[in-house]
Amino acid sequence: MGNISDAQVKKLQLHANEIRQSIIEMLVEAGSGHTAGPLGMTDIFTYLYFYGLKHDAQKPDWKERDRLILSNGHICPVLYATLAHAGYFEKAELRTLRKLGSRLQGHPHREFMPFLETSSGPLGSGLSQAIGMALANRIDEGQTTSKYFYCLLGDGELQEGQNWEAILLGGKEKLHNVIAIVDRNNIQIDGYTEDVMPMNPLVDKWEAFNWHVQEIDGHNFEAIDTAIAKAKTTFGKPSVIIAHTIPGKGVTEFERLPIWHGKPPNKEEGARALAELRTLQGQIQSEHE
Amino acid sequence: MNKQTRQAVEINENIFSETIEQVPIRNGFGTGLVEAGTKDSRIVGLCADLTESTRMEEFAKKFPERFIEVGITEQNLASVASGMAAMGKIPFMSSYAAFSPGRNWEQIRTTICYNDVPVKIAGSHAGISVGPDGGTHQALEDIALMRVLPNMDVIVPCDAIEAHKATLAIAQTKTPSYIRLAREKSPVVTNQNTPFEIGKAQIVFRSEGDIMDVGIVACGVLVYQAIRAAKELDEQGIKVTVLNMATIKPLDTQALNILIQETGALVTAEEHQVAGGLGSAIAEYTSSTRPVPIEFVGIKDSYGQSGKPNELLDLYGLNQNTIEQAVYTLLSRK
Repeated sequence: MGNISDAQVKKLQLHANEIRQSIIEMLVEAGSGHTAGPLGMTDIFTYLYFYGLKHDAQKPDWKERDRLILSNGHICPVLYATLAHAGYFEKAELRTLRKLGSRLQGHPHREFMPFLETSSGPLGSGLSQAIGMALANRIDEGQTTSKYFYCLLGDGELQEGQNWEAILLGGKEKLHNVIAIVDRNNIQIDGYTEDVMPMNPLVDKWEAFNWHVQEIDGHNFEAIDTAIAKAKTTFGKPSVIIAHTIPGKGVTEFERLPIWHGKPPNKEEGARALAELRTLQGQIQSEHE
Repeated sequence: MNKQTRQAVEINENIFSETIEQVPIRNGFGTGLVEAGTKDSRIVGLCADLTESTRMEEFAKKFPERFIEVGITEQNLASVASGMAAMGKIPFMSSYAAFSPGRNWEQIRTTICYNDVPVKIAGSHAGISVGPDGGTHQALEDIALMRVLPNMDVIVPCDAIEAHKATLAIAQTKTPSYIRLAREKSPVVTNQNTPFEIGKAQIVFRSEGDIMDVGIVACGVLVYQAIRAAKELDEQGIKVTVLNMATIKPLDTQALNILIQETGALVTAEEHQVAGGLGSAIAEYTSSTRPVPIEFVGIKDSYGQSGKPNELLDLYGLNQNTIEQAVYTLLSRK
């Protein structure tokens, strides 16, 4: 249903690889921050900012732009890295993450970086905000609006009750242009989500609240593209895409381990990660070797 | 000191009548919101299943396309309002103060104040005078909760007329605002000519002459009690100035300065815990500038309970009598 070409997919894969490198570099430099979520969500961020989202890095205030709310703000390294690679600011600024006076606050703060749609960090409020934005937009533009309101959420985050308040409201208001994307990476701070607080059956829960639900491989660009296209052409219900991702995707040493949720790589771990990314897992030579 | 600046403003001429008009403060919010919404189409209303009792019903009926009913979801309420503000709306959200800001304090902190968006929060049914519903529904902490948040203005109107004006005033600011409303009907202290300005305290009673013995600074329903107490005291030869401090934040430090200089002693009065409310705000200021003895009239670290509003105000010492006693105590400390 989506129409992304193989050539476009290849381009996105290269962008995603570059973004993953930036994430590693900025986390090593910062000495604190979250690794697994940002790496896992890189493909979805790449798809949105380099293909799917209606936006303009030269006009961050553009009124007609789609809105993207990052509800699980702790994965902001991937947001910042993607924005930099997409041209919102210089990539050199990425190394200021979490430092005093930096625009790249540890959890996104819109006062420091105006082209963020909101501040976030405490979990569970993003979807309410995305729905509020869509409701305000509907007052002004009605059903014929061309804007989409994306909300990215964590799966552990869905344990916060406020999400379900928002999900109730989204179902009630039948907001066809709200698209939630859940990072179903199965980890949170205290371990695997299904041990800490089981969320399954997750699809059933959203459907029970009258949302249109899809499940995809969150690393497959064609699947992402098809799901977004389906979401955009579903009316009468808001949509959620439950994206199965591998926490730490792209760095073999980090993949699938809850321990990488909330800590940055040290210098040596970072160096190994970069070597793997730069050589596409040993397939090519890197200028850095 | 210019005599002109030390006069009481015009208030209800029937202030001392036993049959003084009584109207719930929340009614002023309801009428003010309709007027504000008629003038400015950016204004939207949001409510958590309490439209009739928070008086948002009229707005909802008049502007149904600009009203969002979120059901019993106060945390969602605050963040939905934040999202609407991000798209250029001026959202007014209402619930009972015990639930909003009680339950959704963090969402107000992060999605409204930290983001610095013009969301206006009406906390209705504040104070002990909620009555029969009892302690869980009687918010006694909301002034404290709101004033500790950077970017938040905190307004406690003394009657329905002031609540109407305050609603219109906060509709025009670009900053988060909290307006505290009461359920039960209370005496109308002001009239249409009484000035109201965010951040400005007004003198509502002043004894004759330039020498003052004591200042009473009150907010909300206790402004009326303070004026009655002041008249009693004045007849006994005690010189009193009463300030209606409708804005708790930003505090009118200029008016306070003058009052402290004149009187050297203050009684504060509020339908709120002594901890963290109007009295605390004033004490913070005086201690750091010109320390004076203060007597605090308010709830002394307990919860409310069921009863008739007037019974409760008497039981918890939130009335004219307690204010007078506080003045006697204060004068003996001076």
